[in-house]
Amino acid sequence: MGKTLFDKIWDAHVVSPVPGGMEVLYIDRHFIHEVTSPQAFDGLAERGLPVFRPAQTVATADHNVPTRDQHLPIREELSRFQVEKLTENCRKFGLELYGLGHPYQGIVHVIGPELGVTQPGMTIVCGDSHTSTHGAFGCIAFGIGTSQVEQVFATQCLLQSRPKRMRITVDGQLRPGVLSKDIILYIISRLTAGGGTGYFVEYAGSAIRSLSMEARMTICNMSIEMGARGGLIAPDQVTFDYLKGRKFSPQGADFDAATARWKTLFSDDDAVFDKEYNFDAADIEPMVTFGTNPGMGIKVTQSVPGAKPGENPATFGKALEYMGFESGESISGKKIQHVFIGSCTNSRIEDLRVVARFLKGKRKADHVTAMIVPGSQQVAAQAKEEGLAEIFQEAGFDFREPGCSACLGMNEDKIPQGEYCVSTSNRNFEGRQGPGARTILASPLTAAAAAVAGQVTDVRELMIA
Amino acid sequence: MEKFKAIKSSAVPLPAEDVDTDQIIPARFLKATTREGFGDNLFRDWRYNSDGTPKKDFILNNPVYAGDILVAGKNFGCGSSREHAAWALYDFGFRVVVSSFFADIFKGNALNNGLLPITVSPEILDEIFLAIESNPGAEFSVDLENQTLGLPVSGKKVSFDIDPYKKTCLLNGYDDLDYLLSLKDKIEQFERDRGVVI
Repeated sequence: MGKTLFDKIWDAHVVSPVPGGMEVLYIDRHFIHEVTSPQAFDGLAERGLPVFRPAQTVATADHNVPTRDQHLPIREELSRFQVEKLTENCRKFGLELYGLGHPYQGIVHVIGPELGVTQPGMTIVCGDSHTSTHGAFGCIAFGIGTSQVEQVFATQCLLQSRPKRMRITVDGQLRPGVLSKDIILYIISRLTAGGGTGYFVEYAGSAIRSLSMEARMTICNMSIEMGARGGLIAPDQVTFDYLKGRKFSPQGADFDAATARWKTLFSDDDAVFDKEYNFDAADIEPMVTFGTNPGMGIKVTQSVPGAKPGENPATFGKALEYMGFESGESISGKKIQHVFIGSCTNSRIEDLRVVARFLKGKRKADHVTAMIVPGSQQVAAQAKEEGLAEIFQEAGFDFREPGCSACLGMNEDKIPQGEYCVSTSNRNFEGRQGPGARTILASPLTAAAAAVAGQVTDVRELMIA
Repeated sequence: MEKFKAIKSSAVPLPAEDVDTDQIIPARFLKATTREGFGDNLFRDWRYNSDGTPKKDFILNNPVYAGDILVAGKNFGCGSSREHAAWALYDFGFRVVVSSFFADIFKGNALNNGLLPITVSPEILDEIFLAIESNPGAEFSVDLENQTLGLPVSGKKVSFDIDPYKKTCLLNGYDDLDYLLSLKDKIEQFERDRGVVI
C-alpha cells in the first residue's frame, strides 16, 4: 500500500517509538516569538540547559508589537518588557532574532516562507496554532504549547501521537472575485470548527494546484480553524519557483539537488486516507462569517441561518446575540465600522496587490476606519516600492508597520465594544479583536469592498461597476 | 509537575460548545512572562463586566457550583495554542476537564500541566450535565489509575482512554522533557544518520 505525503514526512522524522503508541519526532525548524517563549526559556535556565540546536530556531517579535512608530520604545510597559525579554533570551541562548527594527522582522508565519527558512519535507513547529501555514510548502507544520517549546529548545524533539489523515480535494475553476480565503472559509463552514480534530489535512485538486504559494499559505493557515493539527499541499513547480533565490533556500547545485528530493514528496496513488472530502470550486462564492467561530460562515449572498440539526441551539443563539444578528436577515447590507487587512492569513504582498488593484480610484466610506498591516518589513518595503502604499493612503486606509495587530488585539490595535470589523484574519471568537468586538471574517477583496461600501457587500457588484 | 491524585469532587457545568482558548484566557492577559496567576483572569470576559464587577449569571460566579472538575460542551479548548489556557484552569483550581471532545493542542497542553482531560460520549456528557443540574453538590470520582470516572446518583463507572505514557507521567509527576533528555544519544544518532547540518 502506498503512503500519504504526511506519512512520508512523518516517518522520516521518527527518532524512536514510545511504548504505548506515541513517537519521538525530530523537528527541523523552530520559530519563536515573544508571547509563548519566555516561560520556556525560564524552564531551560532553571534546569541549566542550553538550546540544543540554536541554528534551527528563528525568532521574531510580532504578537505584541505596536504598528506605529516601531523605531520608538514600546509605550505599553508589559509589552515592552515581553519584547525586551525575547531579545535578552535570544542573546543569552545564542538564537537568531529578527526583532523590531530588523529588515526581516514580521509575522512569524510570513517571514519563515519569505526568507526560505521553510522548505518542503520539513517538520516545523512554533508556539502558535497558525504554524499550519508552512504546510503550503509540503511540510508537517503545527502549533505547540510553551512546555513543548521548551522541549524543542532542549532536545529538538517532541513526543507526538500520529494524527489521522484527511484529504480535501477541490477541483474545478474558481469564479471571479473568489480568493483562496473564500475556499478555506467555505471548507470550514462545511466541516465545522471541530470537523478536522484529530486529523492532518492534505489539500489537493486542480483548484488548489492553480493557486500561488501565498494563496496556498492562506488555505493551510486556517486548517487549525476546523480543529486539524495542520494542513499540507504537495510541493510542485510553483513551490520550487517561489523558493529559488530566497535568502535561506539552498543555492546553485544544492538547489537542484534539493528540488530532486522535493519532487518525491507527494501522496502515492494508492495511499489511503482516513477521511476524504471533495468540493467543486464552482460552488464557492465570496464568504463571510456571521457567528463566533470560523465554522459559522456563509456565502455573502446568503441570509444568516438558524441552528442546524446537531448544533447546540443555546451556543448558536449566544453567538448570534453576541454578533447582533438574527436568523433570516441578509448579511449583505449590514453596516460596519472597521476594516482590518492583515494577519498571518492575509498580509502578504499578493494580498496587498489584490486590495490595491480594487481600491485604485475608490475611497473608503466616511464612517469606516480601515487599516492595512503588512505581514513583514519586506512586504511593507515592497508595497511602498510598487506604489501600493500610496493607493491605500489615497483610498483613506491607514498603512501600518508589520505585526499581528488587530488579529488578536494584544497591542493597542483593538476594535471597540459592539462595533463590527470585516477582517482578513482567522478568528471571529468573542472578544478576539478586543472586548465586545464583533468580527466578520472575509477575504482581502471582500474586506476592501466593505470599507468602500461601508457595509458588508458582494465585492463582485463593485468589480463590475 | 505535581502528581495527579485520585479526586472526589463536585463539578462545574459549562455546557457551551466550541469554547475557544481566547475565552479561557483572552490575549491581553498573555503579556506575563511567568506561569503563575492566570487563574484570576480565567474566562475573564464571561466572568466580569468591563468595570470589573462579576457577571452574576456566569457559572463561576454562582456559589452553588464549585469543585475540581469542569464539565464542558464539545470541542473544548479550540483555537489558539496558548498553554496559558491550561495554566489558567489549573491555577484556578481545576484538575480535570470533562467533555465529549477536546481540541488537540489544548489536550496536549493540559496533559503537560497535570490537568486531566477526560473524553466521554455525548450521551454520558448529557447525563453528567443532568446529574449536576439535579444536585450541584453531587460528587464525582476520578480514578486515573483505573481510568474511570464515577458518576453520582447512578453510581456508574465510566471508563476513559488515555495514552499509557501520558498516564504514567501524570501519576508520577514526570514531564516529557525528562523523557526526551534521556534519549539524547538516540537523537544525536538520528541526526548523524540523516546528515543534519549542525
